[in-house]
Amino acid sequence: MRSGALRLALPALALVLIVSMAARAQTPNKQSFEVIEHGRYMATAADCTACHTVKGGQPFAGGGALETPFGVLLAPNITPDLQTGIGGWTDDAFVNAVQNGIGHGGIYLYPAMPYTYYSKMTRADVIAIRAYLDTVQPVHNRVVANQLPFPFNQRETMVGWNALYFRPGDFKPDPSQSEEWNRGAYLVEGAEHCGLCHTPKNAMGGDEGGRAMQGSALQNWYAPDLTGNRHAGLGDWTVDDIVLYLKTGRNRYDIASGPMAEAVTNSTSHLTDADLRAMAVYLKSLPPGGRAAPQPISDQDPAMQHGRAIYDNQCAACHGGGGQGIVGLFPRLSAAPLVQQEQAASLIRVVLEGSRAVATAGAPTGPAMPSFAWQLPDADIADVITYIRNAWGNAAPAVSANDVGKMRQALHREAQQAP
Amino acid sequence: MATKLPATDVVTIGLGWTGSIVAKSMTDAGLRVVSIERGPWRDTATDFPPSYSPDELRYALRLDLFVRPAQTTITFRNRPDQTALPIREWGAFLLPNGVGGAGVHWNGQTWRFLPTDFVLKTHLTQRYGAKFLPDDMTIQDWGVTYDELEPYYDKFEYLCGTSGTAGNLKGQIQPFGNPFEGPRSRPYPTPPQKQPYGPVLWAEAAKEMGYQPFPQPSGNLSQAYTNPDGITLGPCTFCGFCERFGCGNYSKASPQTTILPLLMRRENFEARTECEVTRINLDSTGKRATGVTYVDSQGREWEQPAEIVFLCAFQMFNVQLLLLSGIGRPYDVSTGKGVIGRNYSYQVTSSVQAFFDNKIFNTFIASGAIGMIIDNYNGDNFDHGPHGFVGGGYMGMNQPNARPIEMTPTPPGTPKWGAAWKKAARDNYLSTIVADTHGSCYSYRDCYLDLDPTYKDRFGRPLMRLTFDFHDNELKMSQFLTDRLAEIVQRMGPRQIVKLPRVGHFNVVPYQTTHTCGGAIMGADPATSALNRYLQSWDVHNLFVMGATAFPENAGYNPTDTVAALTYWSLDAIHKQYLKNPGPLVPT
Repeated sequence: MRSGALRLALPALALVLIVSMAARAQTPNKQSFEVIEHGRYMATAADCTACHTVKGGQPFAGGGALETPFGVLLAPNITPDLQTGIGGWTDDAFVNAVQNGIGHGGIYLYPAMPYTYYSKMTRADVIAIRAYLDTVQPVHNRVVANQLPFPFNQRETMVGWNALYFRPGDFKPDPSQSEEWNRGAYLVEGAEHCGLCHTPKNAMGGDEGGRAMQGSALQNWYAPDLTGNRHAGLGDWTVDDIVLYLKTGRNRYDIASGPMAEAVTNSTSHLTDADLRAMAVYLKSLPPGGRAAPQPISDQDPAMQHGRAIYDNQCAACHGGGGQGIVGLFPRLSAAPLVQQEQAASLIRVVLEGSRAVATAGAPTGPAMPSFAWQLPDADIADVITYIRNAWGNAAPAVSANDVGKMRQALHREAQQAP
Repeated sequence: MATKLPATDVVTIGLGWTGSIVAKSMTDAGLRVVSIERGPWRDTATDFPPSYSPDELRYALRLDLFVRPAQTTITFRNRPDQTALPIREWGAFLLPNGVGGAGVHWNGQTWRFLPTDFVLKTHLTQRYGAKFLPDDMTIQDWGVTYDELEPYYDKFEYLCGTSGTAGNLKGQIQPFGNPFEGPRSRPYPTPPQKQPYGPVLWAEAAKEMGYQPFPQPSGNLSQAYTNPDGITLGPCTFCGFCERFGCGNYSKASPQTTILPLLMRRENFEARTECEVTRINLDSTGKRATGVTYVDSQGREWEQPAEIVFLCAFQMFNVQLLLLSGIGRPYDVSTGKGVIGRNYSYQVTSSVQAFFDNKIFNTFIASGAIGMIIDNYNGDNFDHGPHGFVGGGYMGMNQPNARPIEMTPTPPGTPKWGAAWKKAARDNYLSTIVADTHGSCYSYRDCYLDLDPTYKDRFGRPLMRLTFDFHDNELKMSQFLTDRLAEIVQRMGPRQIVKLPRVGHFNVVPYQTTHTCGGAIMGADPATSALNRYLQSWDVHNLFVMGATAFPENAGYNPTDTVAALTYWSLDAIHKQYLKNPGPLVPT
């Protein structure tokens, strides 16, 4: 009996071996050092840690709050913990969540998880990320992700949203473009999910049609235009300017702060020079979008004159009498796209609460701007920002005291909600 | 009872200039470094942003950045036969507190000492004979030469981006620089700062009289500069809030603007602020330090074991910790024996005020280290034979500030208050200049530091007791320098000048300079020095003592550049020799 069973079992075992070897040919070997390292790199490119690691907390253990226009979501635990993490998930379940927005047990994810972008990644890259996540310390940390109010807490609403705004599918290379351009497009449109912040969103949180990368407001910041627009976008930046910015957080125009400082710290500063160059080549190919430069506000305008006086007193010592700044220390304000965005949210914000620029291995200075909220009333801040947006050849809409007051209140709320 | 912490490789006591340089260098070697700093964490944008750093009352009068006398102070007397009393309000010198140390609130004057300053005793004896020196003068050679230190001066200046004009490049005298300086291996990293009207006129007068004026080397930069570690500083904006203030514009070289951004990113570095080291612990042989004990801001006591201890507190407190830890033989004034506390020295400054009728100097266009200088009367740059004193100093027309509370000079005879004072202040504010001299202070048998027998600090430890007075040699020097300076100022055509040479006894009340020196000096002989030529304790080989504490006497220059050069010099020996083979770097 026993030997008979063995005889039957052996061919079965052989069959299993053959099948699993065949499967291995298609699926990366998750135990291989190369795959795990590649996964670490792609997890860095995808900036998983931005949401899934709480500041100062255990890597990928989740729990960090994501402010959305619809309410608060908590980032789940993606460590390999069996009960509270993703340790019990199959690879297919992982891929389904990352690329289709369908979580464990078939629940619909909210697009704060950028599956709308990750959908463009290759399955091999996503499996590699899984392989890497399998190697991190499992952390027992139960996270109830959905903290949204009714009706947004009804995940089924995402069926309709996905139908409207989600086009699943792998990245399709453009054979008419170079390999470098295609690599850049793959990263920008996929793992790096740049459009999540930089593409304007409609009332439903979906991308506004035809306005990709034209700049967008979020979380009391304004993610600037990344198109070839010379006024507010990257039209005048060279490929090298973009590479330097993504690698070190600074270039001759600007120094990253706010959410972009985090993106540089966690993600782009760790990418290879070749990948950064590919991203830059792709970004430089984006046609100029958005609005043309408006007429600058006259320097005879009372707000401009008042703003200039404040600028000379408070700002010129660092940013220079002509707004020229100091490379690596004080961002330039003249001919600076960031200053001429349609909305001035980021400018109002940094004047009110100050800002610490990113520090990277390549540019460790990490200078900071002090807060002026205690010192300048709303009208003064409005006028000085109107001034810098329209001095030295700049041109952008005026800022009102009301705009500043609203930001002051929003920052106050943010501070109160902070843990 | 102290709680023992896990051991680390290196502890620095203090995180000012020397602590930051040491921590950077030791973390470079992959060692784990813990810096324990008595004062608070300090950062440019949060602690002294340009939006409120120019607050004269807060920083210059109420001394926001300095140690509080209630935190710790010292006691003072002029002579050993007097009873010392505690200083309850700082005056003559202002002792630092907090991350960055004195590097936060210095003026940025970045001077090298003269080659002869390092071999002073030998040089003066050879030139003038031993009898020319006062009997009780205890100057000695340093055990290190200018040529040995040159690469380390260079290293610090390139860390800071120092602005200046070289006067001696590899032995070739250069136009517009200081012709008396020792040879430098390359030019300053940035050109000199622009000079305002007063210093320009002063320099013209000096030149007409045959002197060689040159711009003062400055740690407030003339242009943006990125140092070899990739850290960027901005150009000085001439706001005139340097000394006693932190620089909000990232333009004054400080640990914050040159080292800390890199250091704080390192995982093998940790800074513990508001933690005061109370003693250096020794093993049972007394020949090896086992670490330090410190008290945190909650009053809890901790023991931090370490393989190497760097004593990087301010000069006074370095000496106090050595005495409290029982390291080295304390100096005994009655016998002249012992080394800890011996050869305390200071700096002898003086000034000349000049009131003009027909000139507007706009002295508020100011920066801590702008100014035109001559060095003809420094060190042994001139023949002292006819004058009956040794030493000297640089002199010049600086323009460090015209802050209204401190800098409203009025002519002699003006009432101290009321309408007449206001009128005189208004009439003279823009048209008055102050030129000054910055003179050496040599060491003497009766100028020293020891533990006070009566007064204790907040931990119950004896306070440091300073016994110090000016000696005739220094007062003669000050008179001579002030007279020479006045001659130049007179040539500028003022209505009236007022000479203010240093006279009488040393007094702790009026501010003079924070350049306190010595007390645990370096040298070649353990009988007359606490440290060997590498700043290593003769007694405890894994203890290195940084700072002006090591100066056997003080030269006629600001000390920071030399303090930093000595630190790099010591670290180089540690990297090349000590880490491979821990033990005395100089046999005893």
